[in-house]
Amino acid sequence: MEVSTETALWWAVIISGIYHGINPGMGWPLAVSAGLMNDKRTSLVAALGLLALGHFIAMMTILLPFSLMSALFIWEKELRIAAGVIVVLMGIYLLINRRHPRFLARVHPAKLALWSFLAAMAHGAGLMLVPIYLGICGIDANDTGHQAVQTLMAGRLANAVIVALVHTAAMTVAGGVIATVIYFWLGLKFLSKTWFNLDIVWALSLVFVGALGIYGAYAGH
Amino acid sequence: MNVRPDPTFHATAKLAMQAPVENYGFTVMLSPDGSLPDGIAVVDLDQSSKTYGQIVHQLIMEKPGDEFHHFGWNACSSSLSPLSGHAFLERRYLIVPGIRSSRIYVIDVKDPLNIKVHKTIEPEEIFAKTGYSRPHTIHCGPEGIYVSTLGGGGEDGTDGPPGIFIMDCETFEIIGQYEMDRGKQDKHYDFWWNLPQDYMVSSEWGLPPQFENGIVAEDLLSNKYGHSIHFWDLRKRKNIQTLDLGENHQMALEIRPAHDPKKSYGFCGVVVDTSNLQGAIFTWWRDDDGVWQAKKTITIDPQPANPDDLPELLKGFEAVPPLVTDIDLSLDDKYLYVACWGIGEMHQYDVTDPMNPVLAGKVEIGGIVKDTKHPNGKDFAYGPQMVEISRDGSRVYWTNSLYSTWDDQFYPDDEGGQMVMARVGENGGFELDKDFYIDFPKGYRSHQIRLEGGDCSTDSFCYPSV
Repeated sequence: MEVSTETALWWAVIISGIYHGINPGMGWPLAVSAGLMNDKRTSLVAALGLLALGHFIAMMTILLPFSLMSALFIWEKELRIAAGVIVVLMGIYLLINRRHPRFLARVHPAKLALWSFLAAMAHGAGLMLVPIYLGICGIDANDTGHQAVQTLMAGRLANAVIVALVHTAAMTVAGGVIATVIYFWLGLKFLSKTWFNLDIVWALSLVFVGALGIYGAYAGH
Repeated sequence: MNVRPDPTFHATAKLAMQAPVENYGFTVMLSPDGSLPDGIAVVDLDQSSKTYGQIVHQLIMEKPGDEFHHFGWNACSSSLSPLSGHAFLERRYLIVPGIRSSRIYVIDVKDPLNIKVHKTIEPEEIFAKTGYSRPHTIHCGPEGIYVSTLGGGGEDGTDGPPGIFIMDCETFEIIGQYEMDRGKQDKHYDFWWNLPQDYMVSSEWGLPPQFENGIVAEDLLSNKYGHSIHFWDLRKRKNIQTLDLGENHQMALEIRPAHDPKKSYGFCGVVVDTSNLQGAIFTWWRDDDGVWQAKKTITIDPQPANPDDLPELLKGFEAVPPLVTDIDLSLDDKYLYVACWGIGEMHQYDVTDPMNPVLAGKVEIGGIVKDTKHPNGKDFAYGPQMVEISRDGSRVYWTNSLYSTWDDQFYPDDEGGQMVMARVGENGGFELDKDFYIDFPKGYRSHQIRLEGGDCSTDSFCYPSV
């Protein structure tokens, strides 16, 4: 049971990465644009790298505080419930406020890492990972029992880094595949064809993941 | 909000050229003396339709005195910007400013045969929120709809410089002034940009007292109209360079950047060179050091005339100036069309090499002296003016009125509004279509044309044509 839950949670980290990656709102069109504007495939790769960096930092910015709290507090369950509630609320907020953050258009087109960071923050991309991450921490806690706070904290931090890395890698591969296929084979005609309005799906995903986190906290896995 | 991007948004100019052709055109109906409210005429451009080439619907406003001039879309291909990732706006509303009233109408054209006013923004709101007046050119951009203005605050629009303000592209709320550092810019007319390269270019006509009651001859002869173009860091909202084209180059109007965002050049039309009455086109570009440059690449000579054939304003010169009042660039960046409103000619230049344009075609119609008739034998009032090219580059439409009070000065005996169309040959050259001739309803002149689904002076493309 524990093993299959853990496997499922890690898959969730990967699937959420793929999900973020295919969303044009997380930046793959910028990689296509960079490759075409500079006439170089290396520009496409460099752009994907910068987008990944920005996304990774955004994930860490969100996961770090939760990671520290989960190590310091004994109220593991309460923290997981609170995190789930925050994620659900973010989803509801995005459902109600359907306007897009205007400031993203004010970022210079060449500042890709900054743009990627801000886009991920504005859309609550990092929050989507929090319940999954806390779920993984919860399993570890069951495995290892009571550890010294320092050891625990190091473990939780390492977990956060691995979760963010795996997630960002999945995102970059997914976005990179779409960008590459369009750049080399399909052409820009398919750019607009691959865009779907994910606003509602995205907001509902947050609600779903948050709810799952709350459920997991109560169910104790 | 749509689930898919609007099918009229295109990633590249090339894709826009391959898209289905226009079925409708929207053209300004202007009551020159303000005795009737202005309107928008819907023209049937579907060549298989029974009513092809006719005005099939009119939307007339409620209040007179707006003076419609230029207008544009709420959203265009710029929505596919990779920075947005949210291309789900609809190209549905025309933003139509009145340059005399400072009122702005948002017109819903989803059903072209039943277009209607969606929202009206009263002048007081524009004055209060922007400090500007006399809104003019519309472009849909990164943060919303950008609107250029011709006047600053105060009764005559000279209290402070004119500039650009931004409107929300969904609610049409006015957000406020665009500029953070306008540098030397103190007059305004047109503007356009290159979104991926993050620059904007703006131009200058004159301040409201210099045009509202007619052209001021003393100001023109003392070179007091605009003669500079300004380059901006688009997102920093900062004027980074002002290029003076030379004070004799009076009225630097239309800015036409290459549509392919990989290119860093464009064109600007100058109405009249006061040293020799020529009309001129400048090519502007960014050099290898990142400095903006401009060079005169086209000149059009005035034509000698008998003073008896000339209006008061021009009698002393014994010549008619070309008066370059509008230019438009085809989506493949190949042909630049230049309206010579004074001599009654529309020129087509091959600008494949932007530094060495070659005259590829010429159509004569109207004109102060020549007054050439349309091939169908009917009169064409004034001269060729607002020009719009179909996306595929095969059809060129134009109308005839410049600006109410200026029409009356240069063409005191003419009256009326016409819209005509020329067909472009396979290898350049173009000829008027004898069967396309729209006479506007009595009491109305015509001005800017917008084509359903976008045209060559609305859409900004975010990816290079490959």
